[in-house]
Amino acid sequence: MSIDKVWVLAEISGGNPVSTSLELLTKAREMGSVVEAVSWGPDVAKTVGQLGNFGVTTVYDIGDTGDALPGAPVAAAIAGLVKSGNRPDVMLIPTTYDGRDVAGRLSAMLDLPVITNVVGLEVEGDEVRSEHGLFGGAKVARARLSGERPWIFVVRAKSFAAEPSPGAAPQVTSVEVPDIGARNTAKVLARHVEEQSGPKLDEADVVVSGGRGLGGAEHYAMIEELAKLLKGAAGASRAIVDAGWVPYSHQVGQTGKTVKPTLYIACGISGATQHLVGMKGSKNIVAINKDKDAPIFSVADLGVVGDVNKVVPKLIEALKARG
Amino acid sequence: MNVVVCVKQIPDPAAPGALDPETKTLVRQGKLILDDSDAYGVEMGLQLAEQAGGGEVTLVSMAPNNETSGLRTALAMGAAKAILVSDDALRGSDALATAKVLAKAIERAAPDLVIAATESTDGYTGTTPVQVAELLGMPSVTFAKKVSLSDGTVHVERQTEAGYDEVVCPLPAVVTVTAGVVEPRYPSFKGIMAAKSKPVDQLTVSDLGIDAALVGQAGARQEVTEVADAEARSAGEVVVDEGDAHQNIIRFLEQLKLI
Ligand SMILES: Cc1cc2nc3c(=O)[nH]c(=O)nc-3n(C[C@H](O)[C@H](O)[C@H](O)COP(=O)(O)OP(=O)(O)OC[C@H]3O[C@@H](n4cnc5c(N)ncnc54)[C@H](O)[C@@H]3O)c2cc1C
Ligand SMILES: Nc1ncnc2c1ncn2[C@@H]1O[C@H](COP(=O)(O)O)[C@@H](O)[C@H]1O
Repeated sequence: MSIDKVWVLAEISGGNPVSTSLELLTKAREMGSVVEAVSWGPDVAKTVGQLGNFGVTTVYDIGDTGDALPGAPVAAAIAGLVKSGNRPDVMLIPTTYDGRDVAGRLSAMLDLPVITNVVGLEVEGDEVRSEHGLFGGAKVARARLSGERPWIFVVRAKSFAAEPSPGAAPQVTSVEVPDIGARNTAKVLARHVEEQSGPKLDEADVVVSGGRGLGGAEHYAMIEELAKLLKGAAGASRAIVDAGWVPYSHQVGQTGKTVKPTLYIACGISGATQHLVGMKGSKNIVAINKDKDAPIFSVADLGVVGDVNKVVPKLIEALKARG
Repeated sequence: MNVVVCVKQIPDPAAPGALDPETKTLVRQGKLILDDSDAYGVEMGLQLAEQAGGGEVTLVSMAPNNETSGLRTALAMGAAKAILVSDDALRGSDALATAKVLAKAIERAAPDLVIAATESTDGYTGTTPVQVAELLGMPSVTFAKKVSLSDGTVHVERQTEAGYDEVVCPLPAVVTVTAGVVEPRYPSFKGIMAAKSKPVDQLTVSDLGIDAALVGQAGARQEVTEVADAEARSAGEVVVDEGDAHQNIIRFLEQLKLI
């Protein structure tokens, strides 16, 4: 049985499909002959054109889930479709907050396994081989699913490139959310957006990140200043996010953002595997750390053994002097 | 207020690489420790039970060889008792099979609230707790960075791409917590002594009424065919700062035409 139909969870943010969903649609076209998208929220109609531009022939529109936390109702709608006989061979889900919730729910509703942290997918005959991280990304496992389909994969951001493939406007099919009782009682009361100026962390060409080696929250300002001078974005290790120095939206790594900029500058970051997994795809890496044995140096193209609180201010001064 | 905290006992991450060359699954033999990710959940559970003015924290863990060393750490922090599921048939269980076992064990404690970590340190599938919630028919709120309770409702600040959402949910519910939600306490000497005599209910798959063919290697529908080291980057030039290393960075920026 070959791979025919591939579904992609097309999550929408700010009126557009999130970039990981577009990456997955591109991969889906290579994997199967029919690519369909499942989407929800008030803006699905607005994104249908964009989805068609990525080769989608049908959009399943779950509609506006209102203030419900989406994981359970979206999974229930998809499970309903599958149980009614509309069964894809593969279901691709982006590694996002809601994507992971949908995946966990869907897996239990369909009683089918799910593979998470996927960074590679290949069709071999009528099987799919996946690659996923273990031990914080230090190891990569190749796996294959067998048995009943759909095979569900939760894929990390930037594992594949997004390429459009213009086609006809997709057909839109609306899908009901079945009544799932108590499961669907988590409600979003309010949303808080932490302001960030400059380019977005996961899209910036330069990312400057700070870690515990900065020595204090007040020193993070120089990370932001350096990022600004290089027209980049400021990132962080989890240690300083947990310590409350910077908001979570700055976190790079396994539980934070995946970045692949032209240049990544790590300042006072040790280079734990869970941090590396989010940034080692950067084209160039510079690290500043006072410990010459810090693991971050093993991935750095240029390593500076020194005190961040001395090197970074001088770097900022030199950049300013150049104008 | 009965709180269940799911705690995974894992090989010490400081000594990783324990993969069975035959089955390509993570080997979990020898002394295991409490997954650091779950220490936050234990602390959160203890604080919420204290604030509710009564009730207790029950730990639930699935681990091989009746391993209890990680559980003892969490009991020493203040949890009242533990349920441990241990069975040879569970070896090689995937996340969904693990969730089936945990759900059955959790049911026994009839909790108002179930806490787990957003993801474990070794396997980090991050799906187990949501699968547990679905199997228990409960709502779930993941990625909590702040948790409080009032009138049978749990209030959560949930991390999002751009900031956080305020989410509410009636109990019973499953909540997954991130590191940083609370600062875990260190077990006191008194706590460590007391933990030795706290009850650990040891159960097998058949005690839970689960068909052994549906869990472990037998029930796994995914096969890991190969495990390799992640693609390594090679280290480049390293300079020791003697007051002018920033110039090396400037030259590097020039080469990249970023300045
Ligand atoms: C399940 C799980 C998920 C995780 N997810 C993430 C994640 O998404 N992102 C992430 O980053 N981490 C993550 N972690 C945490 C990770 O394991 C590390 O604990 C964390 O990355 C360490 O942050 P750090 O490098 O800032 O701090 P540390 O490890 O404390 O390193 C500080 C570094 O600064 C150096 N230093 C100290 N003073 C100076 C100075 N004056 N000048 C220069 N250098 C100095 C030190 O030599 C040291 O190398 C996760 C962990 C787990 C278990
Ligand atoms: N074997 C287990 N025993 C107890 N809790 C577990 C187990 N596996 C997973 N969990 C819980 O689920 C969380 C997420 O695990 P994972 O799905 O492996 O990322 C863990 O941090 C635990 O709280």
